[in-house]
Amino acid sequence: MPMSDVNVIKGGVTLAVIAAVCTALVALTFALTRDRIVANETAWLERNLQPALAGLFFDSGITESKLTVAAPHNLPGTDDASIYRVYAADAPVAALFVVSARDGYSGPIRLLVGIDVEGAITAVQVLEHRETPGLGDRVEAGKSDWVKQFAGRSLINPMPDGWAIKRDGGEFDQLTGASVTPRAIVNAVRETLLYFAANDASVFAADDLAAPAEGNAK
Amino acid sequence: MGIPFFDRLKTGLWDENPGLVQLLGLCPLLAVTTTFVNGLGLGIATLAVLVTSNALVSATRRWIQPQIRIPIYVLIIASLVTCIELIFKAWFPDLDRSLGIFIPLIVTNCAIVARAEVFASRNSLGPSIVDGFVMGSGFALLLMVLGAFRELLGQGSLFAGLEMVLGGTAQRGLVIVDGGWLLAILPPGAFFSLALAIAAKNMFDRRREQARRIPDSATRQTR
Repeated sequence: MPMSDVNVIKGGVTLAVIAAVCTALVALTFALTRDRIVANETAWLERNLQPALAGLFFDSGITESKLTVAAPHNLPGTDDASIYRVYAADAPVAALFVVSARDGYSGPIRLLVGIDVEGAITAVQVLEHRETPGLGDRVEAGKSDWVKQFAGRSLINPMPDGWAIKRDGGEFDQLTGASVTPRAIVNAVRETLLYFAANDASVFAADDLAAPAEGNAK
Repeated sequence: MGIPFFDRLKTGLWDENPGLVQLLGLCPLLAVTTTFVNGLGLGIATLAVLVTSNALVSATRRWIQPQIRIPIYVLIIASLVTCIELIFKAWFPDLDRSLGIFIPLIVTNCAIVARAEVFASRNSLGPSIVDGFVMGSGFALLLMVLGAFRELLGQGSLFAGLEMVLGGTAQRGLVIVDGGWLLAILPPGAFFSLALAIAAKNMFDRRREQARRIPDSATRQTR
């Protein structure tokens, strides 16, 4: 065998051995951290869903009855949306929608929209975003009270003309220096309310919402 | 390797600082340093990857043919970064969320592959670990300084969100003034801050150089 072939085989074997060692290292770390990571994610979700449940009585676990709405759907966002439903003695109490507003200033904004069984908003919370620090990021609950104005709103409060920021002639406050972010969020919240109004029976009953309900197709 | 540890440390922190002098790893450096805590988090993660990758590269250097060394470094670094990311997700979930994509992107930090190539592949285990530690510390320190500077200017606070590292309830840090100069947090602020840091270092070095030269010439004249 020529010398260069021996080198190629030696190199290949070395590479394979090191790849196997590295894979084993990652697999071991994964096995050691898996339980903690799952627990952290559940805790994070429950902590983030909590504001939308303040003052409500329910006895089901928050993350127990998760419903995944596969894209494409009529909720805001192009990726799969999630609905967490809470019940009191099997009667529906509220549905918490995790959706994304597509048209943020820099990329989608992940939103939690809590809607009670009457169709009124319990709370809106921004979960993830990449808006400009100091301008658009004031939609975060920790940075300003802006998202609090949604509590108690519904499709008839305000009436459809009012579902826009003040600059566009609506009823919702904007943020100084940032109107794209608030506009995106107001629209996404309204679309979520429309979806709930069109599907409220199936939202609480179904185990799986594969196809959008009839009559609500865009 | 007879070089004392403190001389090596000074090399990593000052004389050959990966960020200030070698200008390596600028992408995470510029993107993440919006607060002190982000700088600290990414600094620790990079430090850990540098120490372990230097150790692994040095330990395996006898078996690695020069032709395939780069894919092997990439393999080792990528695996270590994945491990660090999992560890962050398990023990510092909020910090992981705050740093986002920049933890996986440590793979592309050329400071790490540079140390593997320049140092760890040619030196034994002990000195390679020391080298990873001093270079990682230099990078981490710069991240923290820039983070603190930009946070102070941009948000008027310092050490906000320290609970992401230490645990406990959410904190706003030391609030010095409310609000701040927005530009410091935006991307241009990152370039300005780094430029100021490099200029300050060069100025300091030049002053010291001059201070060393003047006594020399003074003694020569008296003779």
